[in-house]
Amino acid sequence: MKLSELPVGASAVVREFLNSGAAFIRLREMGLLAGTPVTLIRAAPMGDPLEIKLRGYHLTLRKSEAEHVIVELAAPK
Amino acid sequence: MIPAPHITRAPGGGVAGPARLPTYALVGNPNCGKSTLFNALTGLKQKVGNYPGVTVEKKVGTAYTQHGQPITVIDLPGAYSLAARSPDEAVTRDVLLGRRGDTAMPDRILCIVDATNLERNLYLLHQILDLGRPVIVVLNMMDLAVKAGLNIRVARLEHELGVPVIACEAVNGKGIIDLKLAMSRADLPLSRHAWDVPAPIAPAVAELQASLTASDGKPPLIARAEALLLLTDPDSVRVAGSTPLSARTHDILRGWQERWHAQGTDWAGTLVNSRYEAIGLIAAEVVLRQGTTGPTPSDKIDAVATHPVWGWLTLGAIMTLLFFSIFTLAEFPMNFIDDQIAGLANQVKDTMPAGDLRDLITDGAIAGVGGVVIFLPQILILFFFIGLLESTGYMARAAFIMDRLMSRVGLNGKSFIPLLSSYACAIPGIMATRTIEDHKDRLVTILVAPLMSCSARLPVYLLMIAALVPGERVPVATKVGIMLLMYFLGTFGAFGFAWLFKRTLLKGEPPIMIMELPPYRIPGFKDVTLHMLERAWIFLRRAGTVILGISILLWFLSAYPKAPAGAPPQAQLAQSFAGRAGHALEPAIKPLGFDWQIGIGLISSFAAREVFVSTMGVVFNAESDDQDTAPLRQALLEARWPDGRVLFTPLVCFTLMIFYVFAMQCISTIAVVRRETNSWRWPLFQIGYMTGTAWVLSFIVYQSGRALGLG
Repeated sequence: MKLSELPVGASAVVREFLNSGAAFIRLREMGLLAGTPVTLIRAAPMGDPLEIKLRGYHLTLRKSEAEHVIVELAAPK
Repeated sequence: MIPAPHITRAPGGGVAGPARLPTYALVGNPNCGKSTLFNALTGLKQKVGNYPGVTVEKKVGTAYTQHGQPITVIDLPGAYSLAARSPDEAVTRDVLLGRRGDTAMPDRILCIVDATNLERNLYLLHQILDLGRPVIVVLNMMDLAVKAGLNIRVARLEHELGVPVIACEAVNGKGIIDLKLAMSRADLPLSRHAWDVPAPIAPAVAELQASLTASDGKPPLIARAEALLLLTDPDSVRVAGSTPLSARTHDILRGWQERWHAQGTDWAGTLVNSRYEAIGLIAAEVVLRQGTTGPTPSDKIDAVATHPVWGWLTLGAIMTLLFFSIFTLAEFPMNFIDDQIAGLANQVKDTMPAGDLRDLITDGAIAGVGGVVIFLPQILILFFFIGLLESTGYMARAAFIMDRLMSRVGLNGKSFIPLLSSYACAIPGIMATRTIEDHKDRLVTILVAPLMSCSARLPVYLLMIAALVPGERVPVATKVGIMLLMYFLGTFGAFGFAWLFKRTLLKGEPPIMIMELPPYRIPGFKDVTLHMLERAWIFLRRAGTVILGISILLWFLSAYPKAPAGAPPQAQLAQSFAGRAGHALEPAIKPLGFDWQIGIGLISSFAAREVFVSTMGVVFNAESDDQDTAPLRQALLEARWPDGRVLFTPLVCFTLMIFYVFAMQCISTIAVVRRETNSWRWPLFQIGYMTGTAWVLSFIVYQSGRALGLG
């Protein structure tokens, strides 16, 4: 599923990027790589951008970018 | 034109002594405590300016070894990666790669990493170790890491990297002595950390490295690091003042990129992956997680501060507090300053013989200095708040909340605080745009910021509303309504023009919002104060000198040529240069319903828009002060055109307010825009589009009002 479709509070693992532009290189440089576990913390009050947690810190990105990140829902603990 | 501030080069080879002490560059991610560490190392021994040609802040300071010898430290802008995405990051990259003529390549690098967020911080360090320079790693915020349940094995990290690692808490000065000891070491080891460049790109790296060494004169290690960077970062941000690549290297790079593009492989991403793989191995050795902790204090604050309902209320409350402080708290020091300036002017008037010199001192110089200093309390409060918002981490939350709204006009959430600050004064707002990474977004924000009605327009609105609707007959709600309409028009104009510019003139990629939400932190009072004083000093130097100069010029224009002795002040003004300029301006502003006397007011507004009020006082010979504008209001209502028509009809008052909403009249803002955009092109464009809009809208309002029989 797409990172943009992840329910709030759910954890997932990044599988692949559907796009390779400057924004996606930067996302990877920020540590969002295939295999990285992420949690969707919340959406901003108006629904966009999204706040995710990865590698112990919080990052925002817009839905327009999150749409190009494919994730796999982690099994609930 | 005032030249950009210039930083003197660090004392280099000329210094006596056997070996000159090395120059250090301080680098690190944003939000890792870099400025706090820089302040702790250098104290107040700092010089702040711009890198020539770009509006990126250059900070150079001096730290002292235990033996009292000075060490130069350059605080480079915060960066997540050397593959630059913003002018700030581009400057950091170019200084480290020795590409800038204005800053010698630093001898050693101090890389500060946030212990609570080690993996991502190690990414930049990993790129920096490639440079082949001696590196000292500063592991900051160790106390917070312990609180977060992280046990970081410092000795192990030092072993893995092969360079000194100093554990540190910059906020309370812990570890600074150890750091200074390490910095004064005569020899530092080079990193022995090795990582595998993916085999398929090794030939590309080798060829680029060879070309960089041969054609660009780079030392081999730097050349290798630069080759890796060029391959990670195909369309990198370039900044003025940095040496471009040689044609040969450029062609080789282009060749590889085209080959890979044809093959459909993404080597840039692969390169990032291999770095993170190496980092993952280090982190697994070094970081021990001690159980899972519950929600952090930051998480709890964010549950409220970014909540769909409470988030808006929090933002509203903070902004209300900000404006309450600016408009009420600042009043006391402002009144005090006003009294002091008036007292000083009176003192000079009493002691000096009457004459031009006395008038120049009192009406030109003292009034000019007063006009500058009177704005300081507001500006200081605003800068203090902005510094507080930045250092607590709330600024990022405000951008997060506002991003969706700002995206409607093609901007991102980071433009919100600069635009909001412009309601108080456009100058701090424009100076706060440096947090916007994207060059075009920043420029658009700067271009529209002066449309937000600033506090200097307030006295003009108040006077016009008083003349428009005499208080006795009209309910207060009408006056408030008109005032709100003016603020709305300015805001609407700002967003409308932002939308327009983002679609035409400064068309670009839709801005991305990849932004860290750092944990909330208690700000260091010293850091925020220092930040405020630095900004205020820039204001005084840039805006202050301009306001002072304009005040003296305006005094001269209104004092010469002399009217016959004994003439009343308004007769003097009428036949002065300023009066003549008003007459010359009349044909252009008559279609708006303004006469030459209003024209003088428009001209005098160049010092600061509020000067319009006192100029009207002189023009119409009304004795009034700030507290009581009733006599001036009366005088305005009695003013007539030569043919006996009423000058300040309600329609003219309204049109004049419209003009003030849109016109670019503030010379100090122009000076600051010139500094922040590094060219005259944008401030001139701004004068043109704003004043043009003001004229056209005023024309439409006045002429339609006349056609409807309102004037």
